[in-house]
Amino acid sequence: MQRLPALPRKYHAASVWLLYVVAFIPAVYGFYLGATGRLPGNPVKEFEHLLGLWALRFLIATLAITPIRDLLGINWLRYRRALGLTAFWYVLMHFLTYMLLDQYLDFPAILADIAKRPFITIGMTGFLLLIPLAVTSNNWSIRRLGPRWGKLHRLAYVVAAAGALHFALSVKVVGPEQMAYIALVALLVAWRPIRRRFNRWKRGSESRRQFSKA
Amino acid sequence: MPLYRPSSVPASEITPEACYLDRRTFLAAAAGAVATASPAFSAPLSVTAGNPIANEKLTPEKDVTGYNNFYEFGMGKEDPKANSGDFKPDPWSLTIDGLVTRPKTFGLEDLLAFPLEERIYRMRCVEAWSMVIPWDGFPLAALLDKVEPLGDAKYVAFETIVRKAEMPGQSGFFQPLPWPYVEGLRLDEARHPLTLLAVGLYGKTLPNQNGAPIRLVVPWKYGFKGIKSIVRITLTDRKPPSTWNLAAPDEYGFYANVNPKVDHPRWSQATENRIGEGGFFGANRRPTLPFNGYADEVAGLYAGMDLKADF
Repeated sequence: MQRLPALPRKYHAASVWLLYVVAFIPAVYGFYLGATGRLPGNPVKEFEHLLGLWALRFLIATLAITPIRDLLGINWLRYRRALGLTAFWYVLMHFLTYMLLDQYLDFPAILADIAKRPFITIGMTGFLLLIPLAVTSNNWSIRRLGPRWGKLHRLAYVVAAAGALHFALSVKVVGPEQMAYIALVALLVAWRPIRRRFNRWKRGSESRRQFSKA
Repeated sequence: MPLYRPSSVPASEITPEACYLDRRTFLAAAAGAVATASPAFSAPLSVTAGNPIANEKLTPEKDVTGYNNFYEFGMGKEDPKANSGDFKPDPWSLTIDGLVTRPKTFGLEDLLAFPLEERIYRMRCVEAWSMVIPWDGFPLAALLDKVEPLGDAKYVAFETIVRKAEMPGQSGFFQPLPWPYVEGLRLDEARHPLTLLAVGLYGKTLPNQNGAPIRLVVPWKYGFKGIKSIVRITLTDRKPPSTWNLAAPDEYGFYANVNPKVDHPRWSQATENRIGEGGFFGANRRPTLPFNGYADEVAGLYAGMDLKADF
C-alpha cells in the first residue's frame, strides 16, 4: 500500500498544538463577526448553530481516527485527544451561547426547554455524557482507569449519535445536510463490530503476500 | 397600557381626495416602471400611511428582505434572497373561483389598482422570531367583494405558484415540501379587516423573496399562514388543506393563531426574538402576546373554542 511520508517525530507535539489553534478559528471568527454586527438576521442563532455544527464535526473527526487507521493505514492517533477535547469545548460554547446570549439566563425557560423539547433533551444528554470523557482525557486517567478507560470512552459513539439526532430534530424538515451527519455517525458506529474481523483479514492477507514474495 | 393601538378611523376617511387622485397617476407610472424593471421588481408604490405600533420599531428593510422562509427558493434564511433573482412576478394572474357568483382572473395591473394602504404589523414566525413590517396592500375582503362569495362558502383556500425553472427549491433530488404550497382561512377570518393582501413593503412592490407579486398577511397568525406568490384563491364549503399542517399535524394546526400558552414541540412560544434588535449581546427576547397583540380585534372570532385543541 502507498503510504504518505510520515511526519518526523520531533514535530508531533507541535502539530497537536497547531491543531488546537486551527480548530478554534471557526469559533473565534464567528464570535468576531457576531460581536461586530456582521452576522445577518438573527446573529445569536447563527453563532449558536455554527458552534453546534463544528462540535458535531469534531465529534465525527474524533471517531474517524480509528477507521482511517484501519482502512488507509494512516495513524493519526496522536490527534484524537485534541479533536475530542475540541468537540467538548465547542459543545460547551454552544450551550453557553444558548444559556447566556439566547436565553439571557432565564432559568425557568431553559429548564422547560430541556424537559419538554425532545431535541434539547437529547442534546443536553449528549453534553452531560461528554463531560466525564473530557475530564478523563489525560494520561493520568488512562493509567488510573486501565481497561475501564476504553469502555468509558465508547460513550463517544453515544454522544456523536445524540449530536446528529439533536441536529436533525432541531429543524423543521430533515434535509440532506442532517441526513449526511446521521449517515456518517451510522457508518462510524457500524465499523466497530466489523473492524476486528477486517483487521484480522488484512493481517492475514499481508502475511500471505510476504510469503508469496519470498 | 396596551402595546397596540388599533386605528379607530378608516383610512378612507383620513385620506384627502387629492391624494387618492394623485395616487392613481402615481400608480400608472409605477405600473409602467414595473413592466420595465422586472425581474428587479421593486417599484415605488403610492399608499396611505399606516399607524405605527407604539413603542415598537420597524424591522430594518435589509432584515425584512434578507431573512426569509420561502422554501420554494431554498431552506436557508438567506436562500430566498440569493436564489429568487430569476423569478418573474410580471405578468401575473390570480384566479378566484369556487363558491362565488362571479369567478374572475385578476392581472397584476388589476391588483395594483386597488386602493393601497400601509399596514404596520407584527410578524411572528412559528420559529419564535418576529419582525415589525410596513406592508402595502389592501384588505382581502375588498377582493372577495368583487367576486361575491355564495352563501354556502365557509372557507378560503390559497395556492402558491409552481415554477420549477424559476424556483430552485421546487426542483432537485430533495424536495422539503410537496408543491404547490397551500393555505386556508375560515371565511370570517379572511373577511376580517386586519387580513391583508400585500403587494409591497416599505413603500415598494414586494421583492421576490417576500412573495412577489402578491401575498397574504394575517398578523395574528404564525407567519407560515402568510402564503406567498398567490395564483389561486378558491372559496369552498370544506376546511382546505394547509401545507405545514399536512407535513406535521401535531406541530402546525390549521388555525395557527399566535398563542404563548401553546408550545410547539420544538420551540417555546412564550417569548420571541425580535430580528434586527438587541444585536449580539442585548436581550432581544420579548414576551409573545396572545394573538400577536391583536386579541382586542380578533379574539371574538374564536369565542367558545378551545384554543389548545384547535391550535
